[in-house]
Amino acid sequence: MTAPDTLPEAWRGQLPARLEPGEHLIAWLEIDLDDRLDFQPGLVALTDRRLVAFAEDGRSWPLTAALKLAHHDHAGVGTLELEDTQARLARWRYTLGKSPAALRFEREFVRQRDSVASGRPPPPAPAAICPICQMQLQPDEEDCPNCVRELHTPPSTWTLLRIWRFAKPYQWRLLAGFLLTLAATAATLVPPYLTMPLMDDVLIPYQNGTPIDPDKVAWLLGGLLGSATLAWGLNWARTYILALVSERIGADLRTTTYEHLLKLSHEYFGGKRTGDLLARIGSETDRINVFLSLHLLDFATDVLMIVMTSVILFSINPWLALVTLVPLPIIAWMIHIVRDKLRTGFEQIDRVWAEVTSVLADTIPGVRVVKAFAQEAREAQRFREANKHNLEVNDRLNRIWSLFAPTVGLLTEIGILVVWAFGIWLVSKDQITVGVLTAFLAYISRFYTRLDSMSRIISVTQKAAAGAKRIFDILDHVSSVPEPANPVALPPLKGGIKIDNVSFRYGNRAVLHGIDLDIAQGEMIGLVGHSGSGKSTLVNLICRFYDVTEGAIQVEGIDLRSVKIADYRRNIGLVLQEPFLFFGTIAENIAYGKPEATRAEIVAAARAAHAHEFILRQPHGYDSLVGERGQSLSGGERQRISIARALLIDPCILILDEATSAVDTETEFEIQSALNNLIKGRTTIAIAHRLSTLRRADRLVVMDRGRIVEIGNHDDLMARGGHYWRLYMAQSKQLDEPPPLGEDERAAAVVDSVEKHPAEAKV
Amino acid sequence: MSRKPVTGPFGLSRNSFGQLVYVGADGAAHEGIVPVRAFGLSAPDYGIALMSADGNELQWIESLDTLPADSRGLIVEELAQREFIPEIHRIISVSSYATPSTWQVETDRGATSLILKSEDDIRRLRTTGVLLIADSQGVHFLIRDRLALDPHSQKILKRFL
Repeated sequence: MTAPDTLPEAWRGQLPARLEPGEHLIAWLEIDLDDRLDFQPGLVALTDRRLVAFAEDGRSWPLTAALKLAHHDHAGVGTLELEDTQARLARWRYTLGKSPAALRFEREFVRQRDSVASGRPPPPAPAAICPICQMQLQPDEEDCPNCVRELHTPPSTWTLLRIWRFAKPYQWRLLAGFLLTLAATAATLVPPYLTMPLMDDVLIPYQNGTPIDPDKVAWLLGGLLGSATLAWGLNWARTYILALVSERIGADLRTTTYEHLLKLSHEYFGGKRTGDLLARIGSETDRINVFLSLHLLDFATDVLMIVMTSVILFSINPWLALVTLVPLPIIAWMIHIVRDKLRTGFEQIDRVWAEVTSVLADTIPGVRVVKAFAQEAREAQRFREANKHNLEVNDRLNRIWSLFAPTVGLLTEIGILVVWAFGIWLVSKDQITVGVLTAFLAYISRFYTRLDSMSRIISVTQKAAAGAKRIFDILDHVSSVPEPANPVALPPLKGGIKIDNVSFRYGNRAVLHGIDLDIAQGEMIGLVGHSGSGKSTLVNLICRFYDVTEGAIQVEGIDLRSVKIADYRRNIGLVLQEPFLFFGTIAENIAYGKPEATRAEIVAAARAAHAHEFILRQPHGYDSLVGERGQSLSGGERQRISIARALLIDPCILILDEATSAVDTETEFEIQSALNNLIKGRTTIAIAHRLSTLRRADRLVVMDRGRIVEIGNHDDLMARGGHYWRLYMAQSKQLDEPPPLGEDERAAAVVDSVEKHPAEAKV
Repeated sequence: MSRKPVTGPFGLSRNSFGQLVYVGADGAAHEGIVPVRAFGLSAPDYGIALMSADGNELQWIESLDTLPADSRGLIVEELAQREFIPEIHRIISVSSYATPSTWQVETDRGATSLILKSEDDIRRLRTTGVLLIADSQGVHFLIRDRLALDPHSQKILKRFL
């Protein structure tokens, strides 16, 4: 962006006229909205001494220390405002696609302004970072190659060629399959050829009075049987080999994608819907698989057959061959057109079908709300309407669909009719024998039946290409939390963490600003603040689910980014608000982080987590099945299993992210005593909404809008009467005088409890 | 926060930074207030709230017609600056029928292009039949009545519906 020679053509001409002698361009920002928010291109340029607007009025502002650029966005529109200490001087609007460029422009502006104000040359530019995935960009890259491709490029059929990477290990088997296909196709072409001598040398001479020669007939019929058997054997072998290979390619594709997916960062999963990822790995790989083993194979066979047949036909009689083959492309094209019409219809049916299921997906998980508000009749009506719509679309399509097969039949008959007519004419002129005509008819009817399936190849290929693209989107995505190239060996951790001037941006929103915090070994830190103040983000950075944008986090004096992620995470115990239990036994769930744990260790961990007794109350004790978030267990019980899980790996750093906020006060008390066992002797970072939970914390860190505003223990902070005091007072007031439960609250309570269900169903 | 709507008289002006300044019944001035339509799509003229910079409702205006002309002018001006829902009048072309797909469209705010990430980003508002199309950058485009589009646009749109 900084190089003036990359300025868009439209503006380059105006540039010299707008610059003063000796002035040079440093950066520019192309905007696409005017002040009335109409789409209208514009340009703001930064030179070494001024900010110049290339809009209709063309104003400019000399750089001074008082100038400030502020950006904010609302509803997809970004605004860049230029102000000094007295007033707003100008305002530029753009759609959010320009937002990364606007941020870069603002950074350049700050560097240039400070340099003009101080008289020193500007400091070197910091490395640019992709605003979407936080990857560091190469100096010559403007947009992150990962994110741009996924957003903007429609699937191209060429993507399918990239599957070669997965097919390569099987290349010899593929070659064998191809040769077998060639041989099998050739074998199927023998029988029609044999009809020629059968007609000309046996049947027609017999009608003319010559007796049938049994040897010759036996020879010919034997040939027919032999070629059919050969074709059967060859077809079996090639179908088997190619199906085997394509199944393996599909499996490799699936495993590779899944392995890659697991390596991607937290951030990637945050931005994707679970269902979408499931579909990509499950059904998309399957679709590619079917495409390879069925459609592509059939198509290749058909093409081979047409080529070989044409050669045979031309060698017998070029004129008749020409008449036979000319209608083919025309008919294929007509079939393609009808199919295209049908395809849009089928797509529509897919979507209408989705509408029908979405009514179900809406209502069934929310059935308690439906019943509570007595809206069964309305939901039934909604379903009936969706179904009616479905019927209408289907009826419309069926009108064309029912025409399709008869039309193909008619076209085929017409094609054969042409061959008959021309053939009879040729026979009458003694140009060909009856046998030749029969052979032609036998050949031609074979590939007319294939035209329909051949016409399908285009749409099938497009669909497979779209699937391949979606899979390669995952494979091409580089983790935004990269593994270091030369990892430093991690010494056994004691638990001290040093957070050094850490800032973090999520997208183009700054979430944390200059956080400094030294956490001593064995200390318990309570993170306090309103939701959105950056507590969870800080914890995510400590777990290295994300990488810091600026600054560093160190353990034992080593930057987190220089050690292997898995080595480091092994030292962290995480207890979340919504404990996730995998499908399996309770024992398996406790031992998730340490599968080799002995039964004694598991029981000891469960005892320490106060989970032992309720586990024994389950029908099979530690072997009882849980999962799907452990629906048979209560929230507190699930939480204690997850505490046992954290205890078992004996971590030196413990993170409690709202570990007790999903349960009632009584359960909280039980969990709290389980947690106390866990906390003993470990560095603990706890986030809690209920401040009373953090009584045992050595230090409370109060955060507000991404900054640390207060640090101290409960008594200090209360005495200070600041942020913490206000939070504490607000909570104790709530507890003292519960508001009267009105109509709307009761309704909200029902909605609340039901709305949790979709989340559970999703996993 | 407030349970009862504040509907009494109030003062409104614009400061040199271009922000709206609100003075309520208690005489306290709030800078940088934002007018918000309660029903942005289905009933834009019913119910406009003035929100403070930190997101609390300061004033509830049932209808702009009841306001003095200068306040009304300021609110209308500010709303025009905040609302950005281009209405699609014509779909000129689409790059592909598979998503992501780039659409060239003509809107009431001029010609532009949008990137549709998936068909799910086209949403039908159940009560009004309005189509809301979210593009990859978070801009919402509107199609008020798809049957009023020209046949070419309708044909393209149908492939995505």
